[in-house]
Amino acid sequence: MKHVLVELEERRAKARLGGGEARIAAQHAKGKLTARERIECFLDEGSFEEFDMFVEHRSTDFGMQDTKISGDGVVTGWGTVNGRTVFIFAKDFTVFGGSLSEAHAEKVIKLQDMALKNRAPIIGLYDAGGARIQEGVAALGGYAEIFQRNVLASGVIPQISVIMGPCAGGDVYSPAMTDFIFMVRDTSYMFVTGPDVVKTVTNETVSAEELGGASIHTTKSSIADGAYDNDVEALLQMRRLIDLLPQSNTSDVPEIDNYQSVDEMDASLDTLVPDNANKPYDVKELIVKVIDEGDFFEIQAAFAKNIVCGFGRVEGRTVGFVANQPMVLAGVLDSDASRKAARFVRFCDCFNIPIVTFVDVPGFLPGTAQEYGGLIKHGAKLLFAYGEATVPKVTVITRKAYGGAYDVMASKHLRGDINYAWPSAQIAVMGAKGAVEIIFRKDIADPEKIAAHTKMYEDRFLSPFVAAERGYIDEVIMPHSTRKRIARGLRMLRNKSLSNPWKKHDNIPL
Amino acid sequence: MFSKILIANRGEIACRVIKTAKRMGIATVAVYSDADRDALHVEMADEAVHIGPATASESYLNAEKIIAACKETGAEAVHPGYGFLSERASFCEALEAEGIVFIGPKPKAIRAMGDKIESKKFAKDANVSTVPGHIGVIENADEAERIADEIGYPVMIKASAGGGGKGMRIAHSRDEVRDGFDRARSEAKNSFGDDRVFIEKFIVEPRHIEIQVLADSHGHCIHLGERECSIQRRNQKVVEEAPSPFLDEATRAAMGAQAVALAQAVDYQSAGTVEFIVDRDRNFYFLEMNTRLQVEHPVTELVTGIDLVEQMIRVAAGERLAIAQDDVMLNGWAIESRLYAEDPYRNFLPSIGRLTRYRPPAEIKGSDAVIRNDTGVFEGAEISMFYDPMLAKLCTWAPTRPAAVEAMGLALDGFVVDGIAHNIPFLSALMRHPRWREGRLSTAFIAEEYPDGFVPEEPSKDALAVLAAVALSAELLRKDRLDRFADRVAPHNGALRRDWVVRLGDVYLDVAVVDGMASMPLELDVSIDGADPVTVTTHFRPGDAIWNGTIDGRRVTAQTRPVLNGIRVDWQGYSVTARVLTPRLAELDRLMPVKEAPDTSKLLLCPMPGLVVSIAVTEGQDVKAGETLAVVEAMKMENVLRAERDLVVSKINAAPGESLAVDAVIMEFD
Repeated sequence: MKHVLVELEERRAKARLGGGEARIAAQHAKGKLTARERIECFLDEGSFEEFDMFVEHRSTDFGMQDTKISGDGVVTGWGTVNGRTVFIFAKDFTVFGGSLSEAHAEKVIKLQDMALKNRAPIIGLYDAGGARIQEGVAALGGYAEIFQRNVLASGVIPQISVIMGPCAGGDVYSPAMTDFIFMVRDTSYMFVTGPDVVKTVTNETVSAEELGGASIHTTKSSIADGAYDNDVEALLQMRRLIDLLPQSNTSDVPEIDNYQSVDEMDASLDTLVPDNANKPYDVKELIVKVIDEGDFFEIQAAFAKNIVCGFGRVEGRTVGFVANQPMVLAGVLDSDASRKAARFVRFCDCFNIPIVTFVDVPGFLPGTAQEYGGLIKHGAKLLFAYGEATVPKVTVITRKAYGGAYDVMASKHLRGDINYAWPSAQIAVMGAKGAVEIIFRKDIADPEKIAAHTKMYEDRFLSPFVAAERGYIDEVIMPHSTRKRIARGLRMLRNKSLSNPWKKHDNIPL
Repeated sequence: MFSKILIANRGEIACRVIKTAKRMGIATVAVYSDADRDALHVEMADEAVHIGPATASESYLNAEKIIAACKETGAEAVHPGYGFLSERASFCEALEAEGIVFIGPKPKAIRAMGDKIESKKFAKDANVSTVPGHIGVIENADEAERIADEIGYPVMIKASAGGGGKGMRIAHSRDEVRDGFDRARSEAKNSFGDDRVFIEKFIVEPRHIEIQVLADSHGHCIHLGERECSIQRRNQKVVEEAPSPFLDEATRAAMGAQAVALAQAVDYQSAGTVEFIVDRDRNFYFLEMNTRLQVEHPVTELVTGIDLVEQMIRVAAGERLAIAQDDVMLNGWAIESRLYAEDPYRNFLPSIGRLTRYRPPAEIKGSDAVIRNDTGVFEGAEISMFYDPMLAKLCTWAPTRPAAVEAMGLALDGFVVDGIAHNIPFLSALMRHPRWREGRLSTAFIAEEYPDGFVPEEPSKDALAVLAAVALSAELLRKDRLDRFADRVAPHNGALRRDWVVRLGDVYLDVAVVDGMASMPLELDVSIDGADPVTVTTHFRPGDAIWNGTIDGRRVTAQTRPVLNGIRVDWQGYSVTARVLTPRLAELDRLMPVKEAPDTSKLLLCPMPGLVVSIAVTEGQDVKAGETLAVVEAMKMENVLRAERDLVVSKINAAPGESLAVDAVIMEFD
């Protein structure tokens, strides 16, 4: 018996070495960790249970039968993050460059099936060279099987992808269908076709970093939800994200002990909104002062900065925050901001995460660039997302809520559960200047009359009270008690029960 | 006694005067500019009158508007605070003409002493020792050069109407006189509306020690001992104390006598300050007399127990001084730290913006310790570019100097300010500086001890241990909660992991938890970096900004702020990013590459938010190290940006008159 135990240990030790010492050293030299090191970093110490350690490819073409390495370029298994189950697969760049073979795909598929069946999040760490060309169509089939499972798991369990090296061709579509993609700066890139093909087809000369580096995907394409300086930073942040997320769409949000009283008033919020309506302020200050310990996990922080999305906790429980950012483009809604927030709202709704919305929006961004770019349908995505969401929705209008953008931003009419307004709120069809020029067009040449009309309009309509008189606002609240009001609202909504009519699925304006 | 007074000032001093007036049962009127609508002094006063736009010359410096406000509210007297109209004889006269009392000296005394040239003449006549120099107005730069040559270098060029370091330049050689003269004049004109300057001998290694005097309108004059204000940065006082660690009883008495003689020579009444320069042999020279309440008056109040504002009000109301010279006892030691909205890591350039967090330490009035914080700001206030960047004056008192210094260190460690850059890290570092602790001071202290500006020191081994203990305890408490998720697959075994690595900046320290649990309150025995175990106790709870506790019996107050995957710990001027890692994670963390910050050496960045006054170069120009590239104005100060090395200007991105944000690129170099 003993020798078989020894043999197992030997086989395991060999498998754990992946592509061998030299390739591991090369990986480290590039500033990257190996697949197993990454898993160690992410999971609780000693919690990793590996599957399919001895899987090898079955390819016999191009001499592949002579090079077989246990594991076949991907490490799969499960473990815990602060005691909660998470399924994980990590592409092993030291083994065939992490390329995807049929056997490799089968490992991922097995894991996806397990994660879905057992209702726990799945995270994929990418550092790979795409399909294993030697395997041809078998690899393509493997990809599609993976994609299909991404689709089925979507909205059932959280799926997270972290790009930690190359990720190209077939490899990009699985991450693209997960809930979040994060990248590592300088060592990762992601594109459908690489710089060489780009050069051949379009004659563009572009580097991998310029084509699909972290800065591109976090600021321009919005493919990535965030980027970190190195592997360790990224993986520790993924632990933080997992701590915020429920295990599945049937689980409650996780809860931790909270020591920060919600009853304490924050007088500084009373001066957050400047007297001058055209002066910006940083809405993140409001978010950070409302949530527990100022601990905010922002999503897409570098893209469409005119809207802020992210997770925080209130009284120890996860809440999704959406806020217009007056610091950027006055917080206007444009196509990018609408898409960004719509996706975030839908994620929260999938996973029973209450949504708190802070509104200070002057409207939708005018112009040909926006209209040609499909603002109508992009704006409609956010409208749709808020309208279909059945999770608790608490809205606070801090300043402007003008026109259609008022409707969109989790208004009462879109089944907002609790809609608050600060006394500085201005809920109106538009700002005074525009409104007066339309209503009193005949007086346009008379600046005195226009000034008088403007004053009248401001006094009557640029306040929360017209909306409050109609019940569109449940209560006008003091800024300093915002945290308390939101916390109490969320307590009351804890057992909210609301469902949409049965449907196969909705038809959101994509 | 007055029933209502108006305070012709803003900020902390307006608040401070209001406090005393309230205690005396006197109603108060505040005045405010557009920029101060929501200011604390407006809130605190019984009434408030709007006096115009933010620019001081159109509001706080506008005598007619102040007088109109008095009439409107029926205020019988005006306390001018310091700065603004406090030393303007014409303002006193205008008030007198309207039958309003000026809470301060008479115009004659202000004229005599307020003008630095006049005051020297008076001092000479009263047999007060003075610094060699040229007494008289200097017409032009040629004359300035000639006079400077006569006195001998180095010389100091100062605004006659100046104060607070504005309009002041030191010239070490003839070459520097002309430039210094022009700048002193232009700053004097901008700040005080008076461009007269004078020149005097610059005493090397001087100490700045001043005598507080108090005189009534019945011919009584006493002094309240001295304050030492040698900790100055570019002639701007930063830390003051009373008494001075340098004076002996005989020198104190001699200085006091001269100060009183001078005050009496000009029929002084009210509180005033006679400033001296004291050389290393305790020779002292009269510098100037400030005919107003000084910024640093609280330290005198703390060691004498006398409320100077109250005395000023009583004197102005015609009362006799109730205190005789023999009643004045100097008890214990008081220190004042001036908190400025200035970035110590950017050569103390002003910083403006919203005070997102402002939590001063609790004020204490005990028999063995006092903490007093004179402030004019509050959490959520906006620090504007229009006025002096001082946020608060934090004072501590204790029976001895070492105890007062210790108390100041702890108070600064517990002072939370976020949203703007501030000088607390510098003040904190100063409090543990050996030379400061020994009291070996000179007005060149900061220039000598921080020649390259304030560069944060690498923490010593002892400091690292404190920082590590704070970080470990705070992070263990934060992490501990995460062991109790309801949907764990198996319950946590309840044990606290014993072996950790604390990363502080780039230093990795092995830390072993020898005993204790992550409980609240926390008590842990930890061995840091192989040292003998020490006990760490704290009531810290996750989310607290302040970590209060003991480490090896030593009282520690530190600040923590969440950062990516860790916390930032600030303590005694050290600021480190801390991460608490398992040994294996630390091992992997060490494999991560060090990322270089982007190279900005080929750019001239705007060091603070401000207005471009002038661009001194053109594109393509060769510039030698030290030559002026641009001048940016902020907080009324002209900041000359000079070339750090020889370079060629390749591109200019800003034009005079433009308002720039911090770090905006002004020009690029080849």
